[in-house]
Amino acid sequence: MTDPVLPTSRRDLLTMIGKVGGGAALYQAMTVMGHAAESQFTGPPGLSGAKPGASVLVLGAGLAGMLAAYELTKAGYKVQILEAQNRAGGRNMSLRGGDTVTEIGSVQKVGFAPGNYLNPGPWRIPHHHRSVLHYCKELGVELEPYIQNNTNTFVHRKAAFGGKPQRYRDVVTDWKGHVSELLGKALNAGALDQAVTAEDKAKLLEAMRSWGVLDKSMAYVKSEKLGEQRGWDRPPGGGVNGAPIPNDPFSLSDTLDSKIWEALGFFAEHVMQPSMFQPKGGMDHIGKAFQARVGKLIRYNTRVSKIAKDERGVTASWTDAKTGMTGETRADWMVCTIPATVLGQIDIQVSEAKKVAIKALPYGNSVKIGLEMKRRFWETEDAIYGGSSFTDAAIGLVSYPSHGAFSDGPAVLLGAYPFGLGAYILAGMTPEKRIEAALEQGSVFHPKHYKSEFRSGVSLAWSRMPWILGCCATWTEESRAAHYQDLVAMDGRIVLAGEHCSYYGCWQEGALLSSLDAITRLHQRASAA
Amino acid sequence: MPGYREISLVTGGLPLAAALALSSPGRAQDRGGASEVAVADEGREIYEQICQACHMADAKGGGVPGAMFPALAGNPRLADHDYASIVVLKGRGGMPWFSGVLTRPQIAAVLNYVRGHFNTYPDAVTLADLDRISTANPPVPDCNCGH
Repeated sequence: MTDPVLPTSRRDLLTMIGKVGGGAALYQAMTVMGHAAESQFTGPPGLSGAKPGASVLVLGAGLAGMLAAYELTKAGYKVQILEAQNRAGGRNMSLRGGDTVTEIGSVQKVGFAPGNYLNPGPWRIPHHHRSVLHYCKELGVELEPYIQNNTNTFVHRKAAFGGKPQRYRDVVTDWKGHVSELLGKALNAGALDQAVTAEDKAKLLEAMRSWGVLDKSMAYVKSEKLGEQRGWDRPPGGGVNGAPIPNDPFSLSDTLDSKIWEALGFFAEHVMQPSMFQPKGGMDHIGKAFQARVGKLIRYNTRVSKIAKDERGVTASWTDAKTGMTGETRADWMVCTIPATVLGQIDIQVSEAKKVAIKALPYGNSVKIGLEMKRRFWETEDAIYGGSSFTDAAIGLVSYPSHGAFSDGPAVLLGAYPFGLGAYILAGMTPEKRIEAALEQGSVFHPKHYKSEFRSGVSLAWSRMPWILGCCATWTEESRAAHYQDLVAMDGRIVLAGEHCSYYGCWQEGALLSSLDAITRLHQRASAA
Repeated sequence: MPGYREISLVTGGLPLAAALALSSPGRAQDRGGASEVAVADEGREIYEQICQACHMADAKGGGVPGAMFPALAGNPRLADHDYASIVVLKGRGGMPWFSGVLTRPQIAAVLNYVRGHFNTYPDAVTLADLDRISTANPPVPDCNCGH
């Protein structure tokens, strides 16, 4: 018997889920079915036995480049790294008081108090990003919990609740309640009698009543039981007025206006699920730990202008950005981690297919803004300890520090983290205007204190970083199919690496996995040569 | 706000790939909040909201040798308005496409602003031009983008 509606195979089911629920739902389903791995990391590559004198030139001292250098050196290769910036780490970065942010068109000095920092690039590490976690442990980078989920934060949309932010917990509870009530109605009306057995119908009704916190008549209404999830008008206390008073749920229409399912979908993604971690004191401790191992191999301020190869080796031509000196560096092999935005502008001797792939990879834009406040009013006034409040304004969110709870003195909020249009709008502003906009838009969550407690701010627009010209690679299913294998294929003596050469785009895990794969193939090729 | 159109980056009937391009490139990538910002209908405002994030307020581009955003001001390649239209519709190099993110009228408006204000090309890009290009779907022309 074939049911025209129900999928007949696992693949059909996945296709159907993809069509109905979009990519995120598809990925979720694939994960459940064991198709999508959490991370392919199975341990350090353990390369050894490089041919005596064999050399590798690494372009770029970000995490991918430094990991390549670290492991290849252990394997016995003679390694050199060329880095365009005057620092190592790439997008792995933390900004502290006294630091300078140099964008195309502006320079900012960071005014944070000692000990405070902003991670303008990567900022959180999911528990399943095993490469990052492995190397943190191996290199002695101390990690602490990053607070990803906090139901006491706010959600805000201009078109919902009259523009008034609401607690995430309240809106999620109401979403659950209204959906349960509706499913209950549909079940009781017999609308699903063809789809479910009588036995399952009874179970579903019981589940909806309990899960949605419905009353005896299957209605989602104010109750003490609901107060236990949603909070109270008057919370439980002691003595004569100890009895709590529950509050009124929002209407179905209001709840729909909030589009809360988008936030639920966001947190349902595997990469957004706790536990999550951050290096104590700033994300750049990872970059610095690699730098401590391979820093002596790095030539800084070295802008590569040309990459050539022949049967015997590779040559990078470069200009020293400080002295104007030009030079060439030669090696047997090359790992090139230069971002595609920049690599596409370099004269590189690789296959036509790889050149096309490099130029077919646009980069998304993102902006982060750090706002240092004189005190933690979000903790003292709003009982928010970590997590993020979401808004549909350009800033996208306000995220609260996971560390240092209950401490006195200034603390840094992440005052903006959008991709897309919000990021373009903020990036196009002067640094001063960005701070103004972030204070204005973030005030919606903390109107009494947001502006008055502001102490100093810094922003970083990734499109304005002269060494990358964007945040991270934007792949689509179509561009993956057309170009991904061409991009990552070893081309004679040259292999590319970085987050753009992975299926973990925009994550450090992708940069490390790509690097491990690249050097493993390079070592195989070099050993066979 | 009169003269503004709400563009949802996540929904709003956009093709999924196009919507993802700007809001959440690639599956499972790190990202922050899903802003849904009003994009203007007027060319100058669209330029200020979007284009100047990379091409700069004076449209002179920027960067360092070998890693440049091209200048749009005084750009002889923009004399060919089909070239300019293809790049905005389909993207090129590090630049994402804006088809499905901006409406056709918005794309025409910003192209005409860039070609008229930062250059002196008199002929306007029309909606019919954009439709013609979308139907023909020509390849993105190559060039040494940064220089």
